[in-house]
Amino acid sequence: MADSILELHGVKAHFPVYRGFLHRRRIGDVRAVDGVTLSLARGEVLGLVGESGCGKSTLARTVLQLIPPTAGRIVLDGRDLTNASARELMACRRDLQMVFQDPFASLNPSLNVFETLAEPLRVHRMCPPSEVAARVGVLMHTVGLSPRFVRKYPHEFSGGQRQRIAIARALALEPKVIVADEPVSALDVSIQAQILNLLGQLTQRMHLSLIFIAHDLSVVKHISDRIAVMYLGKIVELGPAVDVIERPVHPYTRALISAIPRPDPDAERSRQRIVLLGDPPSPAHPPDGCAFHPRCPHAQERCKASAPSLAPFAGREVACVRAGEIQVP
Amino acid sequence: MPLLSVTDLRTHFHSGGGVTRAVDGVSFSVERGETLGLVGESGSGKSVTCYSIMGLIPRPPGRVEGGAALFDGTDLLRCPPREARAIRGKRLAMIFQDPMTSLNPYLRISDQLIEPLLIHEQIPRKEALRRGIEMLEAVGIHDAPRQIRRYPHEFSGGMRQRVMIAMALVTRPELLIADEPTTALDVTVQAQILELIRRFQRELDMAVIFITHDLAVVSGLCDRVQVMYAGRIVETAGTRALFSRPRHPYTRALQRSIPAIQPKGSELYTIPGLPPDLSKPQPGCPFAPRCEFAADRCRTTAVELAEVAPGQSQACLRVQAGEI
Repeated sequence: MADSILELHGVKAHFPVYRGFLHRRRIGDVRAVDGVTLSLARGEVLGLVGESGCGKSTLARTVLQLIPPTAGRIVLDGRDLTNASARELMACRRDLQMVFQDPFASLNPSLNVFETLAEPLRVHRMCPPSEVAARVGVLMHTVGLSPRFVRKYPHEFSGGQRQRIAIARALALEPKVIVADEPVSALDVSIQAQILNLLGQLTQRMHLSLIFIAHDLSVVKHISDRIAVMYLGKIVELGPAVDVIERPVHPYTRALISAIPRPDPDAERSRQRIVLLGDPPSPAHPPDGCAFHPRCPHAQERCKASAPSLAPFAGREVACVRAGEIQVP
Repeated sequence: MPLLSVTDLRTHFHSGGGVTRAVDGVSFSVERGETLGLVGESGSGKSVTCYSIMGLIPRPPGRVEGGAALFDGTDLLRCPPREARAIRGKRLAMIFQDPMTSLNPYLRISDQLIEPLLIHEQIPRKEALRRGIEMLEAVGIHDAPRQIRRYPHEFSGGMRQRVMIAMALVTRPELLIADEPTTALDVTVQAQILELIRRFQRELDMAVIFITHDLAVVSGLCDRVQVMYAGRIVETAGTRALFSRPRHPYTRALQRSIPAIQPKGSELYTIPGLPPDLSKPQPGCPFAPRCEFAADRCRTTAVELAEVAPGQSQACLRVQAGEI
């Protein structure tokens, strides 16, 4: 894609598993992220969904080089991050920022709002020291916090306000890409709406690209342009948000979407649910072939033989050999 | 007669900073076999209401200041402890949000699962174990005779929640209180657990109080929904009526802020301001400072729940007066 800001090529993040005390030996790998290829366009919001343990948070951290990838390439705005020197990485970090799930844990409790927001400005020399205070004021205004609070500490704020501080901190460096890992999961519905509106406005106004990770599909659909569905370290379906949510193709996506309760009593009572049996398998021992086949209602012999890769289907990409055969409702 | 009827329950927490009125005059009842949803944001008092009924309020700092909770004629808040214990854990059971912190990590599942049977039914251990295994199978745990010997950490989150449900249901309770049992789980596992609760409710003809902050979960599960705000009930209605015709401004605001029922990408409605500080009581309606319809009298006059349609009550002066 010509206008992509971030590209991932076959990114893997494996964690070795050791056994033994005197004779420590490697007995395998947890394949948290197992070959992810995708690209993010400028100004695009990409939703990343999947159950816990599917590798979506590990993927986010790998993109930011917080976890070094085991294999694959990550290209940010034409610069390859995988073999970058510490100095180059530092420059890239300016363009790539993260917002974490828990605003109680991700803010330093002993720094007040001013110190929290001024630190990145100073470290990356974003402006002369004399202008730092003014920049902090602008940032607080951008995320809808009153500059009166500038000397307050994180514990004096509510969850939603803290998440605003975390977003302001990410925006301080004027990044091109923000990775938000479950930014609204810890918040109440009414506060969640405020943060979603804020993120929506910011991406539009500042032409930011956003990778938005969440397990709540209705939230993801609301904010995303495209959605990627992950299962056991791999992307199984990737396409325009409305298509993926309203006309899912991959059996896993369909099960996932049928499991979301809807706030509509009549629809709730009449609809068919695809209830998946069991839990997702462990990424340390992924099943042979398609990782989803043990839980898949449509699995056949050939699904056990080889792992399907993403292939174009019905205006999106799907990793299922039976994509064309299964009746789409 | 309703199975459980709570009247004017008030639970306050006393601390150095003053008195926090976590539950402030809550009245409701649950019929046999009914599913009641209790909805509200964090701090609205929905959990404290149920903890008070179960006698789980830590004292100090908490204290049930007043009110009654009649379970089949026995006031759980005033009767002798021995009588209350005979009901709690047998006829009245509870499951919690986080199955990891509510199971004892030192005990095998078998010990925890059959404890209520040994205490309440005084049956031999062997018999209790047999019923425990039966129950585990019923909640969908395969290979139960072997699994029952395991410890909580050996199970996944969804499996632990199943164990919790088995533990709560092993005495065949008449009322189950479920406090956000699916909030910590993935949607696919959530669907399994909700299905399980639904099935047992039919089979045991059990009443359920389902506490959640997620309106969507309520819509498929509950017969009736109660919305709580700042320690009070602001609206109660049949599920269908609540979703099609919410009356109270807070319920409406909540609905408008859910992305699932709003057009994609549209600006979501946000409730301005923050929930009130429950240690500083205000004279009027607790929602008035954030309400777009608030009039002067909302800030000064106390408001009670009143029926606006059959089976639907709400606590808003202006709706009661027919102004909105």
